[in-house]
Amino acid sequence: MRCKKMVDVGRRQFLRGGAMATAGAAMATVSTTPAKATPANARLDYPSNRLANMSDLVVNEPIEIEYPDADSPGVLLRLGEAVEGGAGPDGDIVAFSTLCPHKGYPMSYNSEDRTLNCPGHFSRFDVEAGGQQTWGHATNNLPQYALRIDDAGDIYAEGSDELIYGRLSNVL
Amino acid sequence: MAYKRQIDRLPIIPADATEHNVTCHYCIVGCGYKAYTWPMNKQGTTTSNIFGEDLGEQQGADSTTWYAPSMYNVVRQNGRDVQLVVMPDGDCAVNSGLGSIRGARMAENRPSKVTGTQQQRLSDPMVWRNGVMQPTSWDDALDLVAQVTARVVTEGSEDDLIVSMFDHGGSAGGYENTWGTGKLYFESMKIKNCRIHNRPAYNSEVHSTRDMGVGELNYQYADYELTDTIMIVGANPLETQTNLFLNHMVPGMRNGARVIVVEPRRTVTINACEEVAGAENVLHLQINTGTDMALFNALLTEIVAKGWTDTDFIANSTFQGGIAQAEDAGHPAALGSLEEAMKACTVSLDEAAAICGVDAADIAKAAAWIAEPLNGERRKCVTAYEKGIIWGNDNYRTIGALVNIALATGNVGREGGGVCRLGGHQEGYYRPSDAHVGRPAAYVDRMLISGQGKVHHIWACDHYKTTLNAAKFKQAHKRRSDMVKTAMDNAAGGTREELIDAIVGAVNAGGLFVVDVDIIRSQIGENAHVILAACESNEMNLTSMNGERRLRLSEKYMDPFGNSKPDCLIAAGVAQHMEAALRGLGEDAYADQFKGYDWVTEEDAFMDGYHKGNPEVTYDRLRAMGNNGVLEPVVGFEDGKLVGTERLYSDGTFGAGDGKARFCAAGWRGWQAAGKEAEMEKFDFLINNGRANIFWQNQFLDQDNDFIQDRFPFPFIEMNPDDMADMGAGAGDLVEIFNDNGATQAMAYPTPTARRGETLMVFGSPAGSQGNVINPGVNELVLPDYKHTWGNIRKIADAPESARHVSFKSKEYTA
Repeated sequence: MRCKKMVDVGRRQFLRGGAMATAGAAMATVSTTPAKATPANARLDYPSNRLANMSDLVVNEPIEIEYPDADSPGVLLRLGEAVEGGAGPDGDIVAFSTLCPHKGYPMSYNSEDRTLNCPGHFSRFDVEAGGQQTWGHATNNLPQYALRIDDAGDIYAEGSDELIYGRLSNVL
Repeated sequence: MAYKRQIDRLPIIPADATEHNVTCHYCIVGCGYKAYTWPMNKQGTTTSNIFGEDLGEQQGADSTTWYAPSMYNVVRQNGRDVQLVVMPDGDCAVNSGLGSIRGARMAENRPSKVTGTQQQRLSDPMVWRNGVMQPTSWDDALDLVAQVTARVVTEGSEDDLIVSMFDHGGSAGGYENTWGTGKLYFESMKIKNCRIHNRPAYNSEVHSTRDMGVGELNYQYADYELTDTIMIVGANPLETQTNLFLNHMVPGMRNGARVIVVEPRRTVTINACEEVAGAENVLHLQINTGTDMALFNALLTEIVAKGWTDTDFIANSTFQGGIAQAEDAGHPAALGSLEEAMKACTVSLDEAAAICGVDAADIAKAAAWIAEPLNGERRKCVTAYEKGIIWGNDNYRTIGALVNIALATGNVGREGGGVCRLGGHQEGYYRPSDAHVGRPAAYVDRMLISGQGKVHHIWACDHYKTTLNAAKFKQAHKRRSDMVKTAMDNAAGGTREELIDAIVGAVNAGGLFVVDVDIIRSQIGENAHVILAACESNEMNLTSMNGERRLRLSEKYMDPFGNSKPDCLIAAGVAQHMEAALRGLGEDAYADQFKGYDWVTEEDAFMDGYHKGNPEVTYDRLRAMGNNGVLEPVVGFEDGKLVGTERLYSDGTFGAGDGKARFCAAGWRGWQAAGKEAEMEKFDFLINNGRANIFWQNQFLDQDNDFIQDRFPFPFIEMNPDDMADMGAGAGDLVEIFNDNGATQAMAYPTPTARRGETLMVFGSPAGSQGNVINPGVNELVLPDYKHTWGNIRKIADAPESARHVSFKSKEYTA
């Protein structure tokens, strides 16, 4: 009894676009000489992907991103006020996955109260509170991406603090 | 900063993992899950796994191949550590792969010595010894329980033993465990002074509908998808029956159903209905709290006046000719024919509008949505109700008035119909007759407060969090149990006989010997002298039925924690030790009543109880029926499958003696329970209570779950922001709620949709019991009116550090 229409919308939305580099591919290298195989790291090595430049950001206007690869849509935001976990000179830049961690529907940004909202089952997440689920069905808060900003103002994503919906390894 | 697990990958379930059927053991909806277990040294790969899918690719929305970190754990199985995933079952008709915020954490809420989860779980029986609770053997603990209990009931009577015991399915309830406890207390003994887990007496929450011949779970969930109108009363199913709402009510709305919600506050359910059906197809009757009955009577009056009743149904299936059951001490309203009921129920739209605080035109509109024929046919209307009226004003008559509407319009036992409670826990009740309890039943909590009873056996109940007049209850219970602790301390180092004598002496002097059976150290368990360690669903096999009577076997996939046991086997142990203790007292005939508990497994208890009454049903047959199970009552076994019942009363024959349903003469009489009206006039705020989707019940497991406690480190109280401003309180500030009954505390959550002077506090919190401020008023049948409490509120402190990261935004989805 699932609503097929909404599922289709979801697939279309998160498969669209794809301009960003898929830097994750390099991580899956497999050694052909097992006796000398390098043990895997306990945690994943994440790609460092450029998301935007500081000059691209307008307060409270979301920029669509894809991280760690093109199949994982997200959002980059400048909030205008420092938040815990915020990056940048003012501590107000954040980035999140926009796939709802409940059932993977693509979420929309409500700029009025600064939440990400899921049209599938009505969950919502607070981008000013580290992606905490304000109300909903997900059993984890929204994956937030670790950001680095270089001297040129380029903003890079370099990790995630939760498992992203739809993948059993954040880096595929 | 919001809680994050910092998990960036999970083990993949190998293709040869063992699969187990699981019914979520939390709410009544009973979503289907699959548990997979496999050895620690094995794992699947992205290309070779249980799903046969390529997990190296991003999985799509509504995936049945993705699991969250909360769905993984490491648990003990047959004495070895195994990896575990518990994830929603895409093939279960109940939830179609949806998980709730409760059920999708079942794996994470399992006790694990490897991952450190739920170390609060009890691993051994414990006794009060030398000033502390000490672990001990089962024989030692059960012997002490039995010797004290046997002395007290033989020197006095069985009325000196007070029993609080769950009656539900799921969790640690189910047919196995209600039978074990039921056989002990209702067959071997005839315990009269007993109560149920969430109320102070042993009684139905829905007496009137049963007396009217209409069992409270009469439809199937698919009826929501087949109906024209969904009427929701005093319920918030998006939060508390989540996947019933998402997987059945939402499709119903998409099929064109309109929605009527009777509710004094705006809820996330109402918001979601507006999103799905369009605001024009959702009618929120935001009545004055406690006035539901006047509204229902006006709806019935309007339906009768318009000629929208189902005359054939009324003639053939309902009682004719006056009064079938007169009003008396056990029946707070007369029952009989529609004409008879109308003498008490008739009220004009305008009169009801004045009582309820809603427009007369909206009541008329609701009546049309419920009953105005559609294309010359019966308009299908399914009605759902829950605690808003069950724990509301004048329970008996109010529920009766609601069921009247369904009967008058022929909306029971038919496709797209039904008038049902939504429920809390699953059901799983199978016990010997409780007729000896009487009606009205004893008000057990009041007895305990007033010094009655000498021994208190508690089975998975925590009155501290889930009773009314709780502040007084706690004081009395602690004082009385402390008397026994002191006596035990004074007997330290002596013989067993001297210890028993000391305890019996203390209870004869007003003390209370407390035995607590639970899976954790509960708050009331702090008063216990013996704690018996129980296990729960999936640490044992467990059968229950959900809110559409769907019966399933939820399979054991892990060992009970430590030496804990199923409740049914603990009850058997109590019985066996009672037999021995009574023989020691020379009470051979009495001792013989405690035979028949030679159960080795929970399946033995199931066969001794439920199976004897339902001989078609066995574990093997239920296992074969999988997560879709069978809708009770089971009426046969054909072609290798159990045959169930889609809807009750589909042949027009109802559950009253003559097969005719009765209408309820539900005369409106204002505030029914003692003290409510005076309290309303005296205090500034309505202290309504409710549930949140994030917590299961009284948080007994969630109090030890980081994700949950991060979101709400303290119980929330939703308040209008202007009310908060008036007392200088900001979001997250701690406030005290107080009245003449007691006081409690909560964290203020600004809620612009809350009407001024009306608050909602989460019920049953371990960090602030709303029950502290609820007065002792009950109805004639000892049903508490938890919902109607008034108090004053004052700020205690600014938001503490543990609440500073918390989101206080609106809970309503907005695109």
